[in-house]
Amino acid sequence: MADTIADTRRLFSKPQNLNDAYGPPSNFLEIDVSNPETVGVGRTRFTTYEIRLKTNLPIFKLKESRVRRRYSDFQWLRGELERDSKVVVPPLPGKALSRQLPFRGDDGIFDDSFIEERRAGLEQFLNKVAGHPLAQNEPPVYTRPGPAPQPKALCSANGPALLRPQTLV
Amino acid sequence: SHLHVLTISRITSFFSFGQSAEIDVVLTDAETRKKAEHKTEDGKKDKYFLFYDGETVAGKVNVTLKNPGKRLEHQGIKIEFVGQIELYYDRGNHHEFVSLVKDLARPGELTQSQTFDFEFTHVEKPYESYTGQNVKLRYFLRATVSRRLNDISKEMDIVVHTLSTYPELNSSIKMEVGIEDCLHIEFEYNKSKYHLKDVIVGKIYFLLVRIKIKHMEIDIIKRETTGTGPSVYHENDTIAKYEIMDGAPVRGESIPIRLFLAGYEMTPTMRDINKKFSVRYYLNLVLIDEEERRYFKQQEITLWRKGDVVRKSMSSQATIGAQRFEGSVSSESALEKAAREDSA
Repeated sequence: MADTIADTRRLFSKPQNLNDAYGPPSNFLEIDVSNPETVGVGRTRFTTYEIRLKTNLPIFKLKESRVRRRYSDFQWLRGELERDSKVVVPPLPGKALSRQLPFRGDDGIFDDSFIEERRAGLEQFLNKVAGHPLAQNEPPVYTRPGPAPQPKALCSANGPALLRPQTLV
Repeated sequence: SHLHVLTISRITSFFSFGQSAEIDVVLTDAETRKKAEHKTEDGKKDKYFLFYDGETVAGKVNVTLKNPGKRLEHQGIKIEFVGQIELYYDRGNHHEFVSLVKDLARPGELTQSQTFDFEFTHVEKPYESYTGQNVKLRYFLRATVSRRLNDISKEMDIVVHTLSTYPELNSSIKMEVGIEDCLHIEFEYNKSKYHLKDVIVGKIYFLLVRIKIKHMEIDIIKRETTGTGPSVYHENDTIAKYEIMDGAPVRGESIPIRLFLAGYEMTPTMRDINKKFSVRYYLNLVLIDEEERRYFKQQEITLWRKGDVVRKSMSSQATIGAQRFEGSVSSESALEKAAREDSA
């Protein structure tokens, strides 16, 4: 006599709303770091990067924004995150102190390939941080003073635990 | 080397140079009784005679004299049936939860090889045999010829399976979980108690998706817990990883789950066995996003062992054992229920 065959039919679920199926996804988040520009002369030179944000996540006040920020601004942001939240914050691309020493054969920190490397690293850093569901909630971390005439909020605030496995509650 | 895992009695029979006799134990139903595979401590698989709770253990002990002319003086011949738990971090202490003994011969002499019959009637075997990472539960027969200086003994391991019938109550597991404003899902598993050859049928329904999910899987985790109070130790082992979704879901999507358990090496759930250890199983739903962040929800399930079709032609001994099955009041109702299930 055959053993009872288990019922493996799918469980019932509501059919998906066509708007949900074909509408824009609610997790649209694009961050680009581009257009590096070195400003100033001599010892006061520094490089700024354009940060472009496009999103439909409700947590971000502005759905589109464009600001220019320099490397030390990113360091400030990372410091805020590390201090204010129980975070394992992703690393920034290197400080490249050795590139700031004199008597180098190349352009040091204004070298094209170094700037490109740094640009890519900053983009990766921002994507990891801004895309994190809990880090997105950090207090006005992205509102920073800077060379731009007005500070622009990239995202609004308060949250913990970046990159640790998240328990769903 | 294998010496470190031998008990004292095994050591005496290992050094057989001075042995003037050999013992072996043979079961009465050795020809008909089924064997089951069981993992040994070093991970190998061996076959042993399979017994159920309530079954009688009967057979013969053969004592064979090596030098037929020479007499064998002894302090008694006996056979024991033992069920014991051994914690690997405390090997000296064996916790015996079943200990039966039959005396086969009073102190005296054997002038020739002899065979002794034995029967342990309707032996209680309350727990399933288990060999794990930090603990072992085993049943064995041990025949001993006691002597002044060193005993001659032989152990024969058997395997015990604990059977259950379909549980009366088997509710589904259904829960909504997530991260506020980012991800809300509702997961459902069709049952909370599954037998070892069952199928987990379920679904994951996405209520809100504001993160970019790359992939989703369901893992089966086995957790062996040994020790009590402050010195509790958990050993987790991922038995299976089964991908159920590849790609990014959106709101309103429902992902089906169909996971066949028969392909995995698992035991029934064992809770607080003789207050010494537990073996529990969990389903771990894991979502991974594009930045390799992991989101998970763990849920315990109960695993039980279903009796084979043998039910229909059960020996009377196993029928008595059936009276101890979950959900049955008498052996008759267990068979009735089994008959209904079979023809369903």
